[in-house]
Amino acid sequence: MIAALEATQNMQPVSSGAVVASLEGVSKNYGEVRALRDVDFTVCAGQVVALLGPNGAGKTTAVKLLLGLMPPNSGKARVFGGDPTNPQNRMRAGAMLQVGRVPETLRVREHIDLFSSYYPKPMPLAEVLAAAGLEKLRDRKFGDLSGGERQRTLFALAICGDPDLLFLDEPTVGLDVEARRALWEEIRRQVERGKTILLTTHYLQEADALADRIAVINQGEIIAEGTPAEIKAQTSGKRIRCITALSVASVLQIPGVIDAKQDREAVEIQAAEAESVVRALLARDPALSGLEIMAAGLEEAFLALTRDNGRNGNRQN
Amino acid sequence: MSTSAAVLSNPQIDRSNSHTATIYLKEAKYEFLKNLRLRVYTASVISFPLMFYVLFGLVLNAKEVVGGTGVPTYLIATYGTFGVMGASLFGTASGLAADRGLGWLQVKRASPMPPFAYFTAKVALSMTFSAIVVSLLLVLGISFGGVRMPIGEMAKLIGTLVAGSLPFSAMGLAIGYFAGPNSAPAAINLIYLPLSFCSGLWVPYMFLPKLVRQIALALPPYHLSQLALGIVGAGRHEPAATHWEVLLAFTLICLGVARIGFQRDQGKLYG
Repeated sequence: MIAALEATQNMQPVSSGAVVASLEGVSKNYGEVRALRDVDFTVCAGQVVALLGPNGAGKTTAVKLLLGLMPPNSGKARVFGGDPTNPQNRMRAGAMLQVGRVPETLRVREHIDLFSSYYPKPMPLAEVLAAAGLEKLRDRKFGDLSGGERQRTLFALAICGDPDLLFLDEPTVGLDVEARRALWEEIRRQVERGKTILLTTHYLQEADALADRIAVINQGEIIAEGTPAEIKAQTSGKRIRCITALSVASVLQIPGVIDAKQDREAVEIQAAEAESVVRALLARDPALSGLEIMAAGLEEAFLALTRDNGRNGNRQN
Repeated sequence: MSTSAAVLSNPQIDRSNSHTATIYLKEAKYEFLKNLRLRVYTASVISFPLMFYVLFGLVLNAKEVVGGTGVPTYLIATYGTFGVMGASLFGTASGLAADRGLGWLQVKRASPMPPFAYFTAKVALSMTFSAIVVSLLLVLGISFGGVRMPIGEMAKLIGTLVAGSLPFSAMGLAIGYFAGPNSAPAAINLIYLPLSFCSGLWVPYMFLPKLVRQIALALPPYHLSQLALGIVGAGRHEPAATHWEVLLAFTLICLGVARIGFQRDQGKLYG
């Protein structure tokens, strides 16, 4: 685990561990609704951190607090060690938020030109267009863009000031697989340029693909935090699939099996570790076939974590 | 924490004055382009006052006289006021309400944009379109209504009406902070049209019912239209200072209301 941690850190251009953005004991309420409860959370220089959680978990609230768009009810939001509303700090940050409507009669290059002008050292227009894959759309009006093109334009507005810190709130929501992968590539290029990124997503795959560190958030609380590998390790480790004459009930008898269920012609088994279970399975059914062993995906980890969170006495709904 | 000092130390990036000026200019330029390409805005803001003027000032009553002033001249002042109101209210309120309600203003607020640049751009837009409407009315009146006016008087009329855009821009900002993104245009019309009628912008003041004439004295468009009428030698010849004072007081009240909305937004989430 420690080795994995070191490995991810060594890939980063900056590994000083300096805290660039943090929430310290932050709670935020909207009237009766508690959007965040006593959240502690940090983003360190050069890292990509994903806030992962279902809709309404408090991800966007966390981002808005760090952008200084509203104050927390208690606790402190800090960016670059100071107040997020400080214009000096805003000049070093870029944000991609979920927007209902963007002025539709302005062209892509006009939007970028305006946002670039806010920053002290913006990237040249051509570079921004290239980074966001918008070269061919530069003269297109925002209202004439497709969903994916709109997201790319909002991404361009976030990066055009060449900021040190990027906030990406659900950057690929509503995009098809191809557009999502293209945006991931663009985000990775920003990582290579040494940016620190806070990303929110409810796509588990997205957090796994992009982040050095994942914080799982549910009902306003961070319920798990670590590298993608660590998060996965927090649940039962392996998934075994095989076609066997053994009944599900008898498979469940095998030591180390956490769960087993029939899935079409095969049996799917959750196990803490695969080796001993597979040995036992083969001993009991030499005719066993179609054996597959998979690491538990983030999906399983996530479901297990949020389920436990509910079991531990937290109010559901 | 020694290594983190480099990342955390803030390299005091202060904007030069010329950079700040550039931001204000770009903000205003793109606000103008955005609305110029928005047919709803240009159509309602420019076409309506011009259509009314052509119909009631040039086609129907061109030879009539109101209190010693020819109708084509008189109506430039009142439809000019009407046009200024429309350009200013629609120029500020509907855009602000939509930007606020649908999240775009949060993107702008999260950026290092100087917040004042956003409002200045909307006011500049309102004043620009006000100048365009009044100038077009003058062109129509001179070309087809036999209006004759010394250059100095024309400049004074345009200047006064464009300055008169400020109270209504302030009013628009206040409406924009308290109306929803979809209800803002309806809210504007609900205020704008009765206010125009009661202030004598469609039917000259002296032809209004007595009760309406009394109400008019409390309405800002009445005071702006009287200032404009005074310049072309019409109207009720009340002291100009009183009109300016009413408009100033109204502007300050609206800015106060807008400020409450602005501060409320800093602590509240929309959409």
